[in-house]
Amino acid sequence: MADATLQHDTVQHGLSGEYEAPLFGAYSKKVGMWLFLASDSLTFGALLFAFSYNRIYTAWPTPFGKDSIINATIMTACLLSSSLTMVMGVFAAQRGDRAWTRNWLLATMVFGTAFIVLHGMEWSKLIGEGLTIPGFPKPAGHAAGEFVAISKNVPQFPATFFGLTAMHMLHVTIGVIYLGVVAFRKWFLPVLGVLWVAGYLMIPADNVFHYGVHALLVCLIVAAVILFLKPKDYDAHDIEVAGLYWHFVDLVWMFIFPLVYLMSTKIV
Amino acid sequence: MHDATTHDDSKGQYFWVWGALLVLTAVEVWLGYKQIFEAVRMLEVLLILSVIKSALIIGYFMHLKFEKPLMRWLLTLSVVTCFIIMYFFFFPDAGRILKLGVN
Repeated sequence: MADATLQHDTVQHGLSGEYEAPLFGAYSKKVGMWLFLASDSLTFGALLFAFSYNRIYTAWPTPFGKDSIINATIMTACLLSSSLTMVMGVFAAQRGDRAWTRNWLLATMVFGTAFIVLHGMEWSKLIGEGLTIPGFPKPAGHAAGEFVAISKNVPQFPATFFGLTAMHMLHVTIGVIYLGVVAFRKWFLPVLGVLWVAGYLMIPADNVFHYGVHALLVCLIVAAVILFLKPKDYDAHDIEVAGLYWHFVDLVWMFIFPLVYLMSTKIV
Repeated sequence: MHDATTHDDSKGQYFWVWGALLVLTAVEVWLGYKQIFEAVRMLEVLLILSVIKSALIIGYFMHLKFEKPLMRWLLTLSVVTCFIIMYFFFFPDAGRILKLGVN
């Protein structure tokens, strides 16, 4: 027993000269993140299959006009660009260049935030025009038109659209916060708090994001617990693992964009 | 961790990948607007383009191309197998409903 403990301690603290190389040639955090992403891809896979399944046997509407497609294309460009800045951030971290690591991560967060804001505006516009599901707050004024008819006749459309995109938007939001925590550590918490309060006070009560913004509070609590219970200076490995998560969020959108938007384009 | 210096020397390739992803996105949008294919063929083309884009992201941005073959193959095969199983669970049923004419 004593020998086993000694052996464990020796390996843990790197006191031995050599020990067996990891099976995958990667550190455990990275393997853990890959496993998480593999399982998360199945979550999105199931949602995309559910979307396609509904689409097959329903007279599926094609309501997305020029404005929606342009907006979604800009959102796609934002996510693709954020992946490039993330890669640059990982390189800067591997060089040990802390200032540029922070700059690149900040650029990635800006692109991610732009995606969330554009998507939020798109959602608000669609809900305002009558595309809604039970449980959403009723928008001010009486909406009428194509989207009202779609919500009434093909409820699968708003259900799968909001279900898929909400899940993805949540992932992007968590990704931005994850990068903020890795880049700025405890200094990011007040920013998150201010964003939550400002969002709650400034977004009208008839907008779904008036309630959705509480996701920031949940993230704030989780991030605070992590940062105060286990404060650390995040290294290049942590940045690379955060990058894996961020690229995954980009990857998922590469399927949502064509399936949800481009397959439902309105031909004028 | 993979060798950082090897990739740092070839940063240019990431800009090429980024450019290729933007071009592929532009092609998708163009196809969406022009509607030159009927729905099922359109879905096939868009999915092929999406798989190419995701392969570029996973291979280069997520660095899977530079990982050990064991990790590369194990991750790819396990996820692809799960999707194939999902496909065989979901779609025959969807087709059956279509043939029965249930709305």
